[in-house]
Amino acid sequence: MTDNLVKVQQVTKTYTRGKEKIEVLRNLSMEVPRGDFLALMGPSGSGKTTLLNLLGGLDHPTSGSITVDGERIDTLSERNLAKWRAQHVGFVFQFYNLLPVLTAQRNVELPLLLTNLSRADRAKHAETALHIVGLADRAKHKPSELSGGQQQRVAIARALVSDPALLVCDEPTGDLDRTTADEILSLLQLLNREHHKTIIMVTHDPKAAEHAQHIVHLDKGVLVEQVA
Amino acid sequence: MSYLGLLWTGLFRRQTRTILTLASITVAFLLFALLRSIVVGLTGGVNADGADRLITSPRYSIVDPIPISHLNRIVTLPGVLAATHADWFGGRYKEPANFFPKYPVNPRDYFAMYPEYRMPKAQLDAFERIRTGAVASRALAVKYNWKIGDQIPIEADIWPKKGGERLWVFDLVGIYDIAPGGTDPKVFLLNYNYFDEARQFAQGSVGWFIVRVAQPKESAEISRSIDKLFANSSDETKTSTEQEFQASFVNQLGDIGLIMTSILGAVFFTILLLTGNTMAQSFRERIPEIAVLKTLGFSNPAILSLILGEAVLLCVLACAIGVGGAWLLTPVIGPALTNILPSFGIAPATMAAGFAIAILLGLVTGFFPAMQGMRLTIVEALRRG
Repeated sequence: MTDNLVKVQQVTKTYTRGKEKIEVLRNLSMEVPRGDFLALMGPSGSGKTTLLNLLGGLDHPTSGSITVDGERIDTLSERNLAKWRAQHVGFVFQFYNLLPVLTAQRNVELPLLLTNLSRADRAKHAETALHIVGLADRAKHKPSELSGGQQQRVAIARALVSDPALLVCDEPTGDLDRTTADEILSLLQLLNREHHKTIIMVTHDPKAAEHAQHIVHLDKGVLVEQVA
Repeated sequence: MSYLGLLWTGLFRRQTRTILTLASITVAFLLFALLRSIVVGLTGGVNADGADRLITSPRYSIVDPIPISHLNRIVTLPGVLAATHADWFGGRYKEPANFFPKYPVNPRDYFAMYPEYRMPKAQLDAFERIRTGAVASRALAVKYNWKIGDQIPIEADIWPKKGGERLWVFDLVGIYDIAPGGTDPKVFLLNYNYFDEARQFAQGSVGWFIVRVAQPKESAEISRSIDKLFANSSDETKTSTEQEFQASFVNQLGDIGLIMTSILGAVFFTILLLTGNTMAQSFRERIPEIAVLKTLGFSNPAILSLILGEAVLLCVLACAIGVGGAWLLTPVIGPALTNILPSFGIAPATMAAGFAIAILLGLVTGFFPAMQGMRLTIVEALRRG
């Protein structure tokens, strides 16, 4: 039997703009096996980022259910959902979203402020995460002192530091040149293969999607194709 | 990194703006501590019960003279141990800037009334015996380099001599000290008998009476009895404790307490707007960062406490610097105010009030940004960022 980390059942997401109701996802169902590296592709407005937000617990579906690692997250309160995110999911964004006033080390330490770890342990975990992404020597640098690729590595270290089972990445190479993008994608592959992280990545870039084990295409809020 | 570290870093993300805001709030708290201390100094300990010295002055204005004959009636009241009188001489010593109070008094009675003023018996005897004699507090004598035997010229502004001459020359016959723990009042005392005989007008009148009561707890009752003695006469009186008298003396300029409270109110209202604006601006700039913190798992209450904490930290820091600065300035400002506020200082209650205001100011200015931060939708905020 397949061990599914993520299970989406009959999910619909509707936004209201003025009097208009926009159905972004329609009765979508899918499963993501534990340890998978999945690329979500589709044209703009197809609902891929919305789906990613739902899987990462940033938003609630209008209807349907989402189960991650055996836990229904669509029914969790805001407070419990925040707690769940801190423990189970790491986020990587297109524009890195690092706090500009903090050093790389402190950016990586941020999620650990929500744990019971001591200050020394938090620092140690952050060092390890920076070491994994190859940026141990840049720990004291602020984001403005790092290149785009380096900033994205710091963001990946921050996503990793609390050892979540799931990494959700929204266009992680969208702001990078080809070479740097390939380095980041290789790093994600490494995390998937050697650290057994389940990765769901939204991308427009077919070359980036090639680094995934599976590709799912979305169009107008509906799954249209799955490619192994 | 800790939560406090995160607050601190957030606070100083725009150093120039934060330092300028901090400086503004610091000045407000410096003013608060100094002005509040003046108000406390004027009104502090005002409680008729518990004071054993009362001051009886003219009811309507301290510039009105009252007959010295009142004294004989006051000392007959039950509960009154002793009474003496004093007056305001005014005048100036060489330069207008050389201001210090000068009271014509009955030497022996006055020193008996103020046992904390210590002077050798021989000097007190001389003060009583020599009509042009005068005594000065140690601080005054040191300040003007006076020695016993010196002649002190005072140019009168209120009390010319008979014949219109304005220059009074007094012989310094004594220098008095204050008992340990007391504050030097920097008062120059002269012989009332000489003053009363030599002055051009208002003979037989004094400025105020000082009354010692047997039981301080009966002060309020005795005060009422004294004033009742002279009610409906042409020289009605108003009796109060020394502190109340001191406060009313200064309040001749206006209600100092109300004026200072109004100034502080205006200052803090301005600071409220300034800090509120800074916090709102800081919040708007950081919407994407707050969204990231929420994404990472910071709950709504955690975001609320981070934003409120930052505002409170800013205000408390400014308060600490402002009140600390005022405390450091006390040795400089205090001596300049000893004539009207002998015990000027930053009281613990003033410090506590300062920090309470700082926390309140932080909570008020941080409230709206904090509520906005708490209500921020992650998806919407990330999209905006």
